[in-house]
Amino acid sequence: MPNFIMSYLGIKDAITPGAAGSQFWALVYVFIIFAGVSVAVMAMNWLERKALAHFQIRLGPMRVGPHGLLQPIADAIKLMLKEDIIPAEADQFVFWVAPLIGLLAAFTVYTVIPFGPSQAVSDMNIGILFMLGVSSLGVLGIVVAGWASNSHYPLIGALRSSAQMVSYEVAMGLAVVSAILMTSLNAAGTGTLSMIGIVQAQQQQGVWFIFKFFPLGLIAFGIFAIAMIAETNRAPFDMAEAESELTAGYHTEYSGLRWSLFMLAEYAAMIAVSSIAVALWLGGWMRPFPNLLHGPAWDFIFSLFPSFTFLGLAAIAVVGTVRMPAHSFFKIQRIGLAAFAAVLGFIALLLLVIAVAGRSADAGVAASSAARFREGIDYVYWFVFKVAIFMYLFIWYRATWPRYRFDQLMKIGWKVMLPISLVVLIATAIVGVLVS
Amino acid sequence: MKDSTHDASNRTLSNLDLETPEKPYLDSNELIINMGPQHPATHGVLRVILKLDGEKVLGTECVIGYLHRGVEKIAENRTYTMFNPYVDRMDYVAAVSNGLGYCEAVEKLMNVEAPARAKYIRVILTELNRIASHQLWLGTHALDIGAMTPLFYTFRDREEILKIFEKYCGARLTTHAFRIGGCQYETYAGFEKEVKNFLTFVAPKIDEYEELLTTNRIWIERTRNVGVISAADAIGLGVTGPVLRASGVKWDLRKAQPYAAYSEFDFDIPTGTNGDTYDRYLVRMAEMRQSLRIIEQAVNRIPEGPIMAKVPKIIKPPVGEIYHSIEAPKGELGYFIVSDGSTQPYRLRVRPPSFVNLQALDIMVRGLLVADVVAVIGTIDIVLGEVDR
Repeated sequence: MPNFIMSYLGIKDAITPGAAGSQFWALVYVFIIFAGVSVAVMAMNWLERKALAHFQIRLGPMRVGPHGLLQPIADAIKLMLKEDIIPAEADQFVFWVAPLIGLLAAFTVYTVIPFGPSQAVSDMNIGILFMLGVSSLGVLGIVVAGWASNSHYPLIGALRSSAQMVSYEVAMGLAVVSAILMTSLNAAGTGTLSMIGIVQAQQQQGVWFIFKFFPLGLIAFGIFAIAMIAETNRAPFDMAEAESELTAGYHTEYSGLRWSLFMLAEYAAMIAVSSIAVALWLGGWMRPFPNLLHGPAWDFIFSLFPSFTFLGLAAIAVVGTVRMPAHSFFKIQRIGLAAFAAVLGFIALLLLVIAVAGRSADAGVAASSAARFREGIDYVYWFVFKVAIFMYLFIWYRATWPRYRFDQLMKIGWKVMLPISLVVLIATAIVGVLVS
Repeated sequence: MKDSTHDASNRTLSNLDLETPEKPYLDSNELIINMGPQHPATHGVLRVILKLDGEKVLGTECVIGYLHRGVEKIAENRTYTMFNPYVDRMDYVAAVSNGLGYCEAVEKLMNVEAPARAKYIRVILTELNRIASHQLWLGTHALDIGAMTPLFYTFRDREEILKIFEKYCGARLTTHAFRIGGCQYETYAGFEKEVKNFLTFVAPKIDEYEELLTTNRIWIERTRNVGVISAADAIGLGVTGPVLRASGVKWDLRKAQPYAAYSEFDFDIPTGTNGDTYDRYLVRMAEMRQSLRIIEQAVNRIPEGPIMAKVPKIIKPPVGEIYHSIEAPKGELGYFIVSDGSTQPYRLRVRPPSFVNLQALDIMVRGLLVADVVAVIGTIDIVLGEVDR
């Protein structure tokens, strides 16, 4: 392998602590993340349909599996089995390659997302820069798709989204820079671009960057939170695929598997940008209030959260099972939901055992490895928990707001968000200098 | 205000000016795009040919007729009674209003007057239908602008109106509620109570819609100063209904030339000032509340008595012609009937509000963006069944 790749993946605990370690583990993490993100996208798909339905006094999917739990799988099978249509007038090769570009960009970002201090594929020293660069490649897939379709609506959709993503990246980048500035507030006075390093800086300074230099961190976070919606083409900035205007925007001509790749890329990108926000401002893998509530007792209490979460989900599933109509039509669904509840309960139990077993790290080899395992679970849990909140917000926005018009979107991007983010950046720099 | 780019009196045959002697081709940044007839936001099968400069609309041309069923011609081959259900199929979201207009036109032609009780029932049902029509308009209009949720709220509440219709005459959408000379059905037991319950049920719901949209920053930005039409232009194009009233013209046929029992009720005509999409939205929201007022008065004062005037079994109006128009939810709905003394109309012409109002689309959207076109189509509140007939 070329040296530069090796330098990212190789053992380098000398550079920053907590890097993924070896190439072997990096590969394992790649597979775990690929599978995990795919499953997360499916879960998100189900959740979005259900949550959106409940916002809108509907039930959402109810037929495929209990409460539509198997709906994403049924959808995936349907999409895979559909006829693969490439319009005759389209540029065949570019049409074929466009969804892959989007997907590649969305998934590559995950190589630097720090699920924990050592739970990451790689700890690049330019992590955040890499992340911004790769995620903005996603726009290429959209533009290329719109152009290759050789059709009017996709073309307009592609142009809209390219303009939108490029302009919001500016404000987004400046907000990110203000967070990076905050990482340099240590004894050595050196900041870091490494994602893991950024979270560790928050750990060392004892404050999440969202609360740092209040309200500067909060404003920067707010700008990023708005820009990331525009960046992922979600409501109320879903210009690119504005259904009522452009039928389906850039993917009007796409169907079947190719279309599902676009959807996969969109949801993967949503999770990716939320992960950036979590890592930069919300303390990444850290549990809430690590500076106030510390000590072994608090560690233990917080380590019970993953178990309790699954227990809660299991309880919801049990309630669903009990409340299901007694008619024999629902027999299979009842059994299915009960089995699902049992699986969730089993996971909860497993997590509980791990949490209890890993309570103290000094008893022996088995206990210390259990403790490490417990820690890893905690890290991933809190990271995913925070990202999940963002996912819910994405759905909430979509249910609540009308869509901005294209020129208004650009106006907000350039005339409101860019100046604010510039001011925040400069103010952060000044305050940072004064403090240190 | 006068639109400088467009003068209603000086229109060429084609709005698009696709080919002029000076410029028989498109610029490289110009684009001709077909919006519809299969398009999620054209409310059926409207086809709008847009000439765009980037996203800016340079001109539009509506192509209609995809839903043409020859209603007016059918009228010439049906007796007056047989034609009655056909009018429901024009503006199918406000079928009761269509029936009212037709029945009153024939009654006027025959010089018959419906009894007072029938008139009150007509007013109640028509105003309920106005609310239902406005609710459907609000839901779809908001959906066009990207707000998904109001659609489901309005449809939930519209359901209550349809339930009343169903109980009254057995049909929910194409009701065929009225007959020439009055109403066929007496109100069912508990009708008045149910209508009153509906009034108390729906008033807070209208507040709920307003809560979602009226002060919503994005909604205001998307609708204010979008699709402006001046009062002079609106009158010049024959635009009626909420679209005209939003431009500041206080013209409502319920007040201007009262029909049915409208002269006996106390209600206001809400008007706007700017004639933009936001004003039209506010006017319609206020109209829903005014309709509630009318229904409340009507249901409290509904007289006893017969519901059918003395009308012969076979309807044979005298030779003559009549034009009668009512204030449908979308504007002035007129029926022009020429009778040759036989059982069938010699000629029946409908003046549909949607068709006439749709003409204002070009004036409203010139110079705006593609996204505004769907907003303006939504705000005109067209039903293609009525445009094409």
